[in-house]
Amino acid sequence: MSEEGKGPFRNTQHLLRMAGIFAVGILMFVVARAVLVPEGFGKYGHYRAPAIDDNAAKPLSFAGRAACAECHADVVEARAASKHARIGCEACHGALSKHAADPTKAKATKPVAATLCPVCHELNVARPKTIKQVNSAEHSGGEGCDSCHAPHAPEL
Amino acid sequence: MSDSPTDKNRREFLSTSVRYLLLTAVAAESWDYLVAGTPEAAPSYHAVKHWWAMAIDIEECIGCGNCVRACKTENNVPLDPWFFRTWVERYHVKNGEHPDVDSPNGGYDGFPEIYPADDGAKSFFVPKLCNHCAHSPCVQVCPVGATFESPDGVVLVDTSYCLGCRYCVQACPYGCRFINPKTMTVDKCSLCYHRITKGLTTACCETCPTGARMLGDLKNPKDPIHAFLRDHKIQVLKPQMATGSKAYYNGLDGSVR
Ligand code: HEC
Ligand code: HEC
Ligand code: HEC
Ligand code: HEC
Repeated sequence: MSEEGKGPFRNTQHLLRMAGIFAVGILMFVVARAVLVPEGFGKYGHYRAPAIDDNAAKPLSFAGRAACAECHADVVEARAASKHARIGCEACHGALSKHAADPTKAKATKPVAATLCPVCHELNVARPKTIKQVNSAEHSGGEGCDSCHAPHAPEL
Repeated sequence: MSDSPTDKNRREFLSTSVRYLLLTAVAAESWDYLVAGTPEAAPSYHAVKHWWAMAIDIEECIGCGNCVRACKTENNVPLDPWFFRTWVERYHVKNGEHPDVDSPNGGYDGFPEIYPADDGAKSFFVPKLCNHCAHSPCVQVCPVGATFESPDGVVLVDTSYCLGCRYCVQACPYGCRFINPKTMTVDKCSLCYHRITKGLTTACCETCPTGARMLGDLKNPKDPIHAFLRDHKIQVLKPQMATGSKAYYNGLDGSVR
């Protein structure tokens, strides 16, 4: 049977071969894409959507002041009327999420006032006047700050 | 002529095309739903309901370094004095001169006094961090999509996908990125994404004694950041770069770069 004259197409063989090559090419592309493009890529933009969850899943070090208040209500009360009330507990006590999760296993330590207070209150020309500053050595006469000031309510 | 074969074919062709077009559109749309599957397991946090920003009040910053220390602890940043997700700079500006800027260990150990009290200069602290730009240059240059602006406005890094090519380190106009020596991938402020998605504030805001740093959710009408932005004269760093920066500074001096 002649290849010509039947229908609108001639040389069907060539066309079939081309179609075959195209089909294989497309298949290879689809397979390669499925293997290489990670899950969720492009869902929200040109990135892996699960990377958002990866970022959100990291562990905490600071528990936040609300956590401390659950067990140390007495300290919260002692600070309530003080100018220190707005300072987060962990600003002075350091990261304590492990202690907040289980206070028997991870003990919190008391900060040393003599070195802690000057971190914020030492005289410095770049400091704004809104923070009260002292020359620690002159002001305290070598004593620890907490022999005169209570750390949680330091006003005298 | 209505009964010519070409005419009939055209009509048929058009109606078939329209039918197939509609079918393809429907199929594509439903395919998206099929592929998406069930929504992610983040029960109470909906990213699209938030748009995070940071407000910084230079007039309140006392340079205590709490934020720098807290950030390194919270995010396991190497302690070497050249890796910082946030750091504090001290400016000392004498009339008509270039500012003297220093940042000893990024402010990690505080700022030992080095200037005389009465030399007529103005002096202040400037906390710095990733500006979480809405049109980040760093995101635009990433060749693989390993850094991105999340739907809630935080510029995040996909450490499992990052090549460590350093393009973004070069592109950031604010110098907020570095290569973490442990992972050899890029590292930067994530606005404590693991905290803010749990309803906590960032480690730096948690430990800031004066409220000089304020995390804010611009999509929450009750957030105090709106009052702060309204009641102060606000500027962002390098506005000419059109980065859409979301670190809003009050009291930003012209000498600050
Ligand atoms: C689950 C309850 C709980 C939470 C939450 C908690 N604590 Fe404690 N904390 C305790 C207990 C109980 C002790 C006493 C442990 C002891 O004496 O062995 C303690 C002891 C301490 C101490 C040491 C007191 C001393 O005498 O040495 C400090 C400081 C402290 N907590 C600070 C904090 C801070 C800051 C937070 C918030 C991050 C916090 N705690 C959260 C229960 C808690
Ligand atoms: C300005 C810094 C500062 C802040 C803010 C602060 N503390 Fe303290 N805290 C100290 C110091 C300093 C001590 C050690 C006092 C001492 O040696 O007797 C201490 C001691 C403690 C103790 C030991 C028991 C006691 O009362 O002496 C607990 C418990 C405690 N803090 C909890 C808290 C909690 C909870 C908060 C937040 C609500 C908080 N602290 C905020 C500085 C601070
Ligand atoms: C993390 C920074 C920080 C630390 C550490 C700190 N303070 Fe303060 N302190 C402040 C701030 C901020 C204020 C002012 C709050 C305000 O005016 O709203 C303040 C206020 C005070 C005041 C009241 C000043 C006034 O206006 O009358 C005294 C006194 C004081 N602190 C003493 C201390 C002592 C003593 C310590 C050590 C136990 C200490 N502070 C540790 C940040 C700190
Ligand atoms: C010997 C007791 C004593 C010691 C120790 C002491 N203070 Fe004071 N402090 C005072 C008294 C009294 C005042 C009130 C003075 C005043 O109002 O002028 C005061 C006031 C302050 C103020 C407020 C200053 C102002 O301008 O209103 C700060 C801040 C302060 N102290 C910080 C410290 C720090 C930091 C230390 C530790 C390095 C310390 N103090 C140790 C007695 C002491």
